[in-house]
Amino acid sequence: MAAQPLLSVRNLRTVFGTMQGEVTAVDDVSFDVAPGEVLGIVGESGSGKSVTALSIMGLLPQPPGRVAGGEILFEGRDLLKLPRSELRRMRGSAIGMIFQEPMTSLNPVFSIGDQITETIRVHERIGAAAARTRGIEMLEKVGIPSPQRRIDDFPHQLSGGMRQRVMIAMALSCSPRLLLADEPTTALDVTIQAQILDLLRDLQREMGMAIVVITHNMGVIAEFADRVAVMYAGRIAEEGPVGRIFDAPTHPYTAGLLASTPDLVGEVPRLRTIPGTLPSLYELPPGCRFAPRCDRRVEACESGRPATQEIEPGHFAACIRAREGASA
Amino acid sequence: MSAPPEVPLLRVENLTKHFPVTDGFFVKREVGRVRAVDDVSFHVGQGETLGLVGESGCGKSTTGRLVLRLIEPTSGKVEIEGRDFLSSTPAEMRELRKGMQIVFQDPYSSLNPRMTVEEIILEPLYVQGARPGPDMARRARKLLETVGLSPNHVIRYPHEFSGGQRQRIGIARALAPQPRFIVCDEAVSALDVSVQAQIVNLLQDLQEEFRLSYLFIAHDLAVVKHISDRVAVMYLGKIVEQADKASLYASPRHPYTQALLASIPVPNPRLRRPRARLTGDVPSAMAPPAGCRFNTRCPHATDLCRTQEPPAIEAAPGHVAACHHVASIPAVSPLAPQL
Repeated sequence: MAAQPLLSVRNLRTVFGTMQGEVTAVDDVSFDVAPGEVLGIVGESGSGKSVTALSIMGLLPQPPGRVAGGEILFEGRDLLKLPRSELRRMRGSAIGMIFQEPMTSLNPVFSIGDQITETIRVHERIGAAAARTRGIEMLEKVGIPSPQRRIDDFPHQLSGGMRQRVMIAMALSCSPRLLLADEPTTALDVTIQAQILDLLRDLQREMGMAIVVITHNMGVIAEFADRVAVMYAGRIAEEGPVGRIFDAPTHPYTAGLLASTPDLVGEVPRLRTIPGTLPSLYELPPGCRFAPRCDRRVEACESGRPATQEIEPGHFAACIRAREGASA
Repeated sequence: MSAPPEVPLLRVENLTKHFPVTDGFFVKREVGRVRAVDDVSFHVGQGETLGLVGESGCGKSTTGRLVLRLIEPTSGKVEIEGRDFLSSTPAEMRELRKGMQIVFQDPYSSLNPRMTVEEIILEPLYVQGARPGPDMARRARKLLETVGLSPNHVIRYPHEFSGGQRQRIGIARALAPQPRFIVCDEAVSALDVSVQAQIVNLLQDLQEEFRLSYLFIAHDLAVVKHISDRVAVMYLGKIVEQADKASLYASPRHPYTQALLASIPVPNPRLRRPRARLTGDVPSAMAPPAGCRFNTRCPHATDLCRTQEPPAIEAAPGHVAACHHVASIPAVSPLAPQL
């Protein structure tokens, strides 16, 4: 890892209080993001990937959610220990965020110009006219045609892809050093998804910012990320450079996930499946959480949490049999 | 289109659905029409799977519903094993419908939360006049086993199941009247990949066991490729290209199909491709462009495309594309690795 990571998440534990007791949605998760790097976090529903993002942003619904332990170091400062006012100042300026739903994350009763200049003026001492000019520049940057006119449009006048572009313009208006993108293209059609991914890639290179992209889509990870962390049931199963994870997955869950994704290029008569379903957070298996579904399970898997091992430089897996190589 | 050799299970000709758009509070007047499905023709053979793909709003789900007469078409023809389905009397329609079922996308909203699994699965049979009894209860248990659930789950309620298990219940319900033909409307789209693979395999097993035909409607081109024999691509209410799957994915002829394939993120980091992107959005179905509906986004569009609607041209045997320039556009698959 580079000398000073931009973001360093250490042993993060996030819990939710429910009627049936407390559940741990994110359990001892650690990862680093270097400046200018794209980290992908991939996992299925309930893996804890979105809760991780919300914990970083300090946007957990509290209660029932609560960060129960760990550190979130952004440029060396622990976001969890910052006063709320300071955290608010950082959100939107140093750290930007875009969400899955471009339909619901914009306020329907304000024009997109109002919303984008609000973001800018909260964070910078700048006049209304200057903020508007910056807003128009940002809209142009994210590829909105005739931005001078469009800035006065309301969200309902825009298509889904255009709304996501507006969200990106807002998130990037204060040149953040880190962008958290939670399923940024999931609600979009493939041709629009491709446009948005290209746009994010271009802006990332141009502005030199780091991105944490959260998705369930292995294709998006393969095309977009430099490194990837695979989450399962609240823990990171495997983490490494994107090429290594796809070529030589060492955790059986990663291998299973890749094998059950239908392929556009090759041809298989039958998809490989992972038997069973994700465990409920109320009754997690005692040892490795993937053990009940794993075809390489041995007795030791059920007795304790598997330690995370470094398989090769920068490639980690939480599986006691990871060194034997994957079966995929 | 080339005539299929035998009588196909389902034949659809010139199927059209225009939804009126009305204005006014007391007196409704029509101010426009959404041309959701416009002059669509295809067939599904016995034991065959036809994939129907396209982006949101292209009319693929409406087509699935029209075929089952869940909504009434504006015009066109639907034949089930040679029998006219659209002009059938209500009694005939019920009879024909026994052989046709649908599996919906959302396993959460498509099952009644206040019914037990047994009631859900057997409801189609009761609708068709069956009487409750021990035979029926046995049948429900058998159906659950067929779709890979425990027979003891008959007394449970939908909320006790995961998304994948609910989708299995939805499939069991579709199988209950022993249909020949099932419309799968985004049946695996809401599921996580590991569970999606289980359901795709189940659908394939059931097809083999009961010689089912599927109209498999989805937006995911990879899943459609995996499960289909033939594939039809829709854009703005029209089928723009139709071919057997090998031909369609290896040498797509319509510029829209080519762009669609080029846009999908492929789960292989070594295939990161520099690609031509489609610009802009899909136009409104209330005012589709004149001529070819794709002309506003097509890199090959000419004046001809802006004025005249392209006919369906047979580019290769069984491979039909509705494009004026089929002959001159190279049939290169955008999926081939470009390093």
